[in-house]
Amino acid sequence: MKKNYIQDIERALYDVRDEDKSIYKSDAGLTEEIIRDISARKKDPPWMLEFRLKSLEVYKKIELPIWGPDISELNMNEIVTYVKPNAKQVNDWSQVPEEIKKTFDRLGIPDAEKKSLAGVGAQYDSEVVYHSIKKRLTDQGVVYTDMETALVEHEDIVREYFMTLVPPKDHKFAALHGAVWSGGSFVYVPAGVDVKIPLQSYFRLNAAGAGQFEHTLIIVEPGAKLHFIEGCSAPRYNVTNLHAGCVELFVKEGARLRYSTIENWSRNMMNLNTKRALVEKNALVEWVSGSFGSHVSMLYPCSVLHGEGARCEFTGVTFAGKGQNLDTGAIVIHAAAKTSANINTRTISKSGGAATYRSAVKVTKNAPFAKCSVNCESLMLDDKSRSDTLPVMDIEGDEADIGHEAKIGRISEEAVFYLMARGISEEEARAMIVRGFVEPIAKELPLEYAVEMNNLINLELEGQL
Amino acid sequence: MLEIKNLYVKAGEKEILRGLNLSVGKGEVHVILGPNGSGKSTLMNVIMGHPKYEITSGEIFFEGEDLTALKTFERARRGIFLSFQTPEEIPGITVENMLRTAKQAISGEKIKILQFRKELRAIMSELKINPEYASRYMNVGFSGGEKKRNEILQLLVLNPKLALLDETDSGLDVDAVEIVSGGVAKFHNENNSCVIITHNAQILKHLPVNRAHIFLSGRIVKSGGAELVSEVSEHGYAPYEVES
Ligand SMILES: Nc1ncnc2c1ncn2[C@@H]1O[C@H](COP(=O)(O)OP(=O)(O)OP(=O)(O)O)[C@@H](O)[C@H]1O
Ligand SMILES: [Mg+2]
Repeated sequence: MKKNYIQDIERALYDVRDEDKSIYKSDAGLTEEIIRDISARKKDPPWMLEFRLKSLEVYKKIELPIWGPDISELNMNEIVTYVKPNAKQVNDWSQVPEEIKKTFDRLGIPDAEKKSLAGVGAQYDSEVVYHSIKKRLTDQGVVYTDMETALVEHEDIVREYFMTLVPPKDHKFAALHGAVWSGGSFVYVPAGVDVKIPLQSYFRLNAAGAGQFEHTLIIVEPGAKLHFIEGCSAPRYNVTNLHAGCVELFVKEGARLRYSTIENWSRNMMNLNTKRALVEKNALVEWVSGSFGSHVSMLYPCSVLHGEGARCEFTGVTFAGKGQNLDTGAIVIHAAAKTSANINTRTISKSGGAATYRSAVKVTKNAPFAKCSVNCESLMLDDKSRSDTLPVMDIEGDEADIGHEAKIGRISEEAVFYLMARGISEEEARAMIVRGFVEPIAKELPLEYAVEMNNLINLELEGQL
Repeated sequence: MLEIKNLYVKAGEKEILRGLNLSVGKGEVHVILGPNGSGKSTLMNVIMGHPKYEITSGEIFFEGEDLTALKTFERARRGIFLSFQTPEEIPGITVENMLRTAKQAISGEKIKILQFRKELRAIMSELKINPEYASRYMNVGFSGGEKKRNEILQLLVLNPKLALLDETDSGLDVDAVEIVSGGVAKFHNENNSCVIITHNAQILKHLPVNRAHIFLSGRIVKSGGAELVSEVSEHGYAPYEVES
């Protein structure tokens, strides 16, 4: 896809916001005033303001999760510092950490794009590309827009679905999200429409204020088909270090949705993202999920197989390097007869990183003849790194067919020797083996992502020997 | 081409090679015959530089260069190739991708994908390997015989100066032995050399054997011409044990 850029930074836009910063400075916790202010800036309809305020109430009542990786670094009393819209977005390239600049260079990302990725604010003109596609899509009745616009132009749809699948009371960060969400993508595919090109939200998230609490809402009506690609594979740098996005996917009867994403946040990020799909009769949701960056991640996309014969394919890869604790996996709830799921993951840890695969498969009483197979493999690249697999199965339905396979291993030295005996250097041999390990995942990714994932792996392995 | 002098090798505490001498000239084909566990594979691995084995004394020279100072991949780039007795399975790396990477590493030149594919296909068809195997992961799920044939494919693609073949013929059916043997014969010319470990004479049919060596308990106890091969198949190794 051809990309266009507008280099100019819209100064005025940022200046206005800068003035507002001071308002928040004295507030320690999240208050009603702050929420009202966010809502007013965003020109929310009244029901959305109400929704935000209710979420705030819920947020105040719920405790932090007591399981999973340590997130005590998050200072919840100072939560407002994470919430300030756009206030901490870097607006000077020189402030972007060296490490991130280097990554951009190594990935061969052009200058304009680098700045955009870093959130410096050089606006990426997705509009041009977007409009050309948009014409074709709108002719078919497809809606693809940002959440703010959707809230204006498709208010009824948004209102019907928004945070019904991930209700604010779900957990603390869902509640926080409900209160402060901003930005994100909205896609609506009418019944029977096959969207042939993958839709990408590639850089949309870099729009002002987005990328931290963005909301993605996708509705694929009966018999329709969509491939949606979200995120970008270069690290998105934010000084503020909490990401609590939310993704809700509604896949109606006989529909298919493939949702691909590579999350590669900068190394200071707490990534606490909630993603969920509701899959109706004979429908299929396919998740392709890559987790690379961040300091801590907790990410378990959930598929609720709600209609008879609903299916889920989950393919995930997680790479935890130095200082990273990535806790990822998948959740599947079989809630109807003859539902089936396939979970296939690879996790890699190196240089003291910790990667945990965590999954929950639940087969309810209403789901006879459910089928689920889980295959999770972990690779530890050195003795300092950690890998765990924590699969939980809760089977109540009759005649369930459940398979589980877990492997934790190291690079086979014999395999390294074999490759070296063919003239391949040790470094390259190890990289090849790691790439081979994630190959079943890589081949599910869109090409450009697969290439970037390989580049990322090479970057990660650099200096390993 | 290959010169091994008084080589002693240990794996952990176990001494496996004990004073081994072997000299292979350019254009020559050598056969090594020896009972199970005598250390033949160890010798091959040591020539290739396997980290598991420690050379306690002795020397290995390849084209006048001391090999022991070189890493495994450097030895391969100098032109040494080992056809493994039990080839490794490498998930996620296709035969084609690995071989192209290897060929590039050895030649130091970038090789065009399409051109390489053509070349690979041609050799595969000579070895009667289904072209689909090019896009299968290296040895993963291959039968024993398929793995061996795949080693010969690599030999022909990489075209080294010295081919070390460790029981490439064992576990093969009659037709496969014929194919593999034909492959080695195709590879061999007056500028390269072969060291072949085998338990049966079948593979040698199309090859001009220059020297045969009886290998017992970590060293060569007798060397001679091709006639040793039939001697061993008739009488076994017992007669040589006295000599050792
Ligand atoms: N890494 C190792 N550690 C300990 N012992 C080893 C190691 N490698 C080989 N050996 C031992 O050294 C001896 C020689 O092994 P090697 O594989 O070289 O025999 P071989 O002559 O190739 O036998 P075969 O004909 O069965 O292939 C065997 O007793 C084997 O168990
Ligand atoms: Mg052997």
